[in-house]
Amino acid sequence: MNMPSYTLGQIESGPSCCKPVRHLAVNNLSVSYGGKIVLNEVSLDIYKGCITALIGPSGCGKTSFLSALNRLTDLVPGARVSGQAHFGETDLLDPSLDVMALRRQIGMIFQKPNPFPLSIRRNLELPLREHGVRHRELLAAKVQQALHDVGLWEEVRDRLDAPALALSGGQQQRLCIARALVLEPSVLLMDEPCSALDPIASAVVEELIQHLRGSYTVVIVTHNLAQARRLANYAAFFWMSEHVGKLIEYGQCRQIFESPANDLTAAYVAGLSG
Amino acid sequence: MVNRLTDQLFTAAVWSAAILVLVMFCWLLGDLLLQGGHHLSWSFLLSAPENAGRSGGIAPILVSTLLILAVALAAAIPLGLATAAWLAEYTRDGGRGARAVRMSLDVLAGVPSIVFGLFGNAFFSIFLGLGFSILSGGLTLACMILPIFIRTSEMGLAAVPDEWRRGAAALGMTRAAALWHLLLPAASPAIATGLMLGIGRATAETAALIFTSGYVDRMPESLSDSGRSLAVHIYELSMNVTGGDEAAYASALILIGLIITINAIAQALSERWLTRRIITA
Repeated sequence: MNMPSYTLGQIESGPSCCKPVRHLAVNNLSVSYGGKIVLNEVSLDIYKGCITALIGPSGCGKTSFLSALNRLTDLVPGARVSGQAHFGETDLLDPSLDVMALRRQIGMIFQKPNPFPLSIRRNLELPLREHGVRHRELLAAKVQQALHDVGLWEEVRDRLDAPALALSGGQQQRLCIARALVLEPSVLLMDEPCSALDPIASAVVEELIQHLRGSYTVVIVTHNLAQARRLANYAAFFWMSEHVGKLIEYGQCRQIFESPANDLTAAYVAGLSG
Repeated sequence: MVNRLTDQLFTAAVWSAAILVLVMFCWLLGDLLLQGGHHLSWSFLLSAPENAGRSGGIAPILVSTLLILAVALAAAIPLGLATAAWLAEYTRDGGRGARAVRMSLDVLAGVPSIVFGLFGNAFFSIFLGLGFSILSGGLTLACMILPIFIRTSEMGLAAVPDEWRRGAAALGMTRAAALWHLLLPAASPAIATGLMLGIGRATAETAALIFTSGYVDRMPESLSDSGRSLAVHIYELSMNVTGGDEAAYASALILIGLIITINAIAQALSERWLTRRIITA
């Protein structure tokens, strides 16, 4: 396999390498859809430059939590988010917040790769242009840098004008990551970014996420416990009780997996439940 | 054994139905060609009608038809796309307003064209003072094609995968930008289809135009002149002009040719747009 090369800040991987500088502060965050609470009173701090994994069974509100952080919940009719969430000094739940500017800061990667039905180049140029980057050479440089950062440059440099949908699934997902990175965000939210990919493509994307550590704050939802263990500095375990999602335990990844404080966590990470 | 027989019967029925449709179309076209074909010539296309249309050509009528169509499209396309976008993108949870708009459109789509003619006459010709003019006729036609154009475009937009909307929003793109750069191009085949249905209905229209654009067969000098459309011309020749049948058949051939041409152009354009912008693997 041809491994891509990276230029991002390479920080030694493995748990507990990061200095805990608070980047996102969440307090008593609840999400409800049409009056039905799906996530109840979650409080946790997300640390700068670290990878934080959200684990737990399906339907326990992990994706809702993620969507609340970049206000993508605004798109869901009837969705309501309450509590407090701060991104640095910014109040994330402020109704008058410029969410378009916020989403440039906090990028998101979805479960199913969703490149636009445009050329590879246009996929990256479109969001840049929308955020006011018009200069041709600057656009070209940023496109090349982003593709380089996700290890896609060598693979697609000769066919930048080819349709993005003709790329393989793994390449599409890396293109989507490049498309988020091209806006130079500081936080990347990832909603099961590898689950729609085959094992080899999944490994390439995981390797890429590994290399985002240090340069970006990554919050990743994953059902792959081994992946969470390999990637994360911190892990948050969500569980559903009485049809409402809750945060059960949060801490350093090693502690969550090796000496969980809660019985539910212990059973889940041991593969006994969920 | 019985099953096989039913199957064969069914196959035969399906085939004959399809053949029947084809035969009807060919019959119609053949009839037109037989009766009006020898009347066709370049001078028929390029000269003015004489003797109430029995001889001469249809040049001013072709020009009026195209002008009326252009006015109708110029009014219907922006208004239709905006309404479709509103219905599909801005009121997705189905508020009361959206339901009311959809229901009105569905009712309007079924209203007989003579009613549109009377409305156009009362509103555009008299109330707005546009008189019998190409403008009145074109705007009346716009009202007529809007319902079907809006509903087809709306369905096209609704069929665009949600993941592109979420993807665009997650990149901090505005709804307008997503609509313009992604959703409308992706929905372009449906939009082109809606447009074709509308143009087909508009070019074939007589009842809505008699009271609005009128039936003056002179070459129009501006959009405020009255102008006779091809369909009105055919109606006039076959109903009110004795000995005008041959010219009526020839005009009908031209009308069908016009519709087929516009259809082909729209198809080619939307395909080109597709292969250039919306490329799927």
